[in-house]
Amino acid sequence: MSFIPGQPMTAVVQRIEIQKLRQGDNLILGFSIGGGIDQDPGQNPFSEDKSDKGIYVTRITPNGPADMAGLMMGDKIMQVNGWDMTMVTHDQARKRLTKKKEDVVRLLVTRKSLEDAVKNSMGGQHIRKPH
Amino acid sequence: MDTESTYSGYSYHSGRSRGSHRHGERSRDRHKSRSKDSRSEKSVTINPAPAEPLLGDAAVRGEQVQDDNWGETTTAVTGTSEHSLSQEDIVRITKDLEESVGLDCRRYFTLTLAVVLGLLVFLSPLAFLVLPHLLWPEKLQSCGTACEGLFISVAFKLLILLLAVWALFFRPPRASLPRLFVFRALLAVLVLLFVVSYWLFYGVRILDSQDEDYQGIVQYAVSLVDALLFIHYLAIVLLELRQLRPYYSVCVTRSTDGETRHYNLGQLSIQRAALAVLERYYCDFAIHNPALLAASKSRAAKHLAGLKVYNVDGDFPAAPAEVFKAKLRAYLLNSPGNNAATGMAHSQSRAMIAAAAHCRDSSHNELYYEEAEHERRVRKRRARLVVAVEEAFTHIKHMKEEEQKKIPGDVMDPREAAQAIFPSMARTLQKYLRTTKQQHCHSMESIQQHLAFCISNNMSPKAFLESYLKPGPTLQYSRDHWLASQWTLVSEASVTSGLRDGAVFVLRCADFSLVVSVKKIPFIRLSEEYIDPKSHKFVLRLQSETSV
Repeated sequence: MSFIPGQPMTAVVQRIEIQKLRQGDNLILGFSIGGGIDQDPGQNPFSEDKSDKGIYVTRITPNGPADMAGLMMGDKIMQVNGWDMTMVTHDQARKRLTKKKEDVVRLLVTRKSLEDAVKNSMGGQHIRKPH
Repeated sequence: MDTESTYSGYSYHSGRSRGSHRHGERSRDRHKSRSKDSRSEKSVTINPAPAEPLLGDAAVRGEQVQDDNWGETTTAVTGTSEHSLSQEDIVRITKDLEESVGLDCRRYFTLTLAVVLGLLVFLSPLAFLVLPHLLWPEKLQSCGTACEGLFISVAFKLLILLLAVWALFFRPPRASLPRLFVFRALLAVLVLLFVVSYWLFYGVRILDSQDEDYQGIVQYAVSLVDALLFIHYLAIVLLELRQLRPYYSVCVTRSTDGETRHYNLGQLSIQRAALAVLERYYCDFAIHNPALLAASKSRAAKHLAGLKVYNVDGDFPAAPAEVFKAKLRAYLLNSPGNNAATGMAHSQSRAMIAAAAHCRDSSHNELYYEEAEHERRVRKRRARLVVAVEEAFTHIKHMKEEEQKKIPGDVMDPREAAQAIFPSMARTLQKYLRTTKQQHCHSMESIQQHLAFCISNNMSPKAFLESYLKPGPTLQYSRDHWLASQWTLVSEASVTSGLRDGAVFVLRCADFSLVVSVKKIPFIRLSEEYIDPKSHKFVLRLQSETSV
């Protein structure tokens, strides 16, 4: 999950679709996010690379919508409904996730176990990077 | 004995212990002084002298001038002659320092030289001014206003010179140093040369030719006084200011118990540095207590006694040393001896040390438990002592002036009050002093005096006990308990040479010695770095968590 700024990066992602739950006046997703380009990346407990300023899932409400959809703690959110989440501020990320007009959010998340699983299944084959 | 009152019991015990202690010390010191006879190569004596006012600015200089002549030739003689006396005689000489003949001779000679030089210095300008009036009054031009103004200036400058010389040189000497005080001698010579050269000029150019220009003569006298003031400035810089800046750090270690202090000294000669160290010794070092060293000495004796070497065969042929060594080696190493005489000494000592190492197995254990036990005992006695003293102090109340008239009761002065409460704490105090081996430092009289002093100054019991709980500096005790009055400076370098990095000298007294080693304070290289006050900027580093 390490990347060089300015160079294209590859990651193995999982598509997760979460239905928002209505609680009173709010639509909640049932998880908490941390990170962002305006935050201190060194304090992120989930990132491998401590200079990674991406958005990470820090907490998941048990039996909430995110939990049901298969989101796991420590996931890095790469896209939300097509919007990129790797280079956003914390507040922009929150806004993208909590749009009142949308009932469903489709996330692309990545985690370390995904990469390992792909590596193991492909028998250690070299993954071609796009140029 | 216990049925007697504690008062008399204390005096009986303390008298006995003091007497026996001194006896033991004296006999021990007698043995010591005999063994020291052969070792006086370059040792000179420093005696702390009593106060004595100096007259003139060359008092000590003159004394050292004489010393310079016979310091070289007779130092060795006085060294050996002093050391060949027994310890009692040395002690007696120390006590009769004021009346001893040799030192008095030096001092009176110094004094006369100083007076002569002083008078010469002060009367020269006046003589310059007065002589023309006496010798050729008719030819002399009258003194105008400018000239008379110069009279005032001469008068005041002489007054200032008098005060300055009094401030710098008229001080009671703190010690008599063994050798010439180089700077003072140089200054004396300089002053003498200076005044003599002025007189020469005066004699030749003015007296012989009977100059009529009186104003010129007065200006000449004024220039002499000015130059004398400048020489006095030089004296201040050389004698006082130069050694104020710390340049060397000296490490002073007492040879018996290892107590070490570090002092900063300036650029001094070795004898002056020794004087500074000794003055600080009296104020800083705890009093030398020979009783505390008895334990380690007995342990050392046990080590040596543990290895006994026996002669297996009775009679020895010629060269008994080699045969003896062979037998020793055979005994210790259990091997049929080979008679290699060269390696024998080394192997013999190694064998002895190896054998000793085995014997030493249990003695460190003993030491540990002994020390723990002693520590416990001291703490217990201390607790008892503190409680007893606190209780005793509660019986006394310091009465104010007004209350004294109101309450008629039994009013006592501090001494009586001290005597009244002393018996209740005497026994515990005596036991504590015995345990910490300080009982010879304090006499009953001194304890009562101290108690009266504390009572009259409204001190708490803890303040009273402070001087008994810890051994204080040597000055705190009375002079006969010091065990450190007569000092000898032993040094390889000449004692008038300056301190140097790595120099070592020893200040020896009868019971112990102070080893002084000198280290230079390093040259410090300091560079600067400028920080713009506007360059202090901060960022906030957050990691917030939002639930969505």
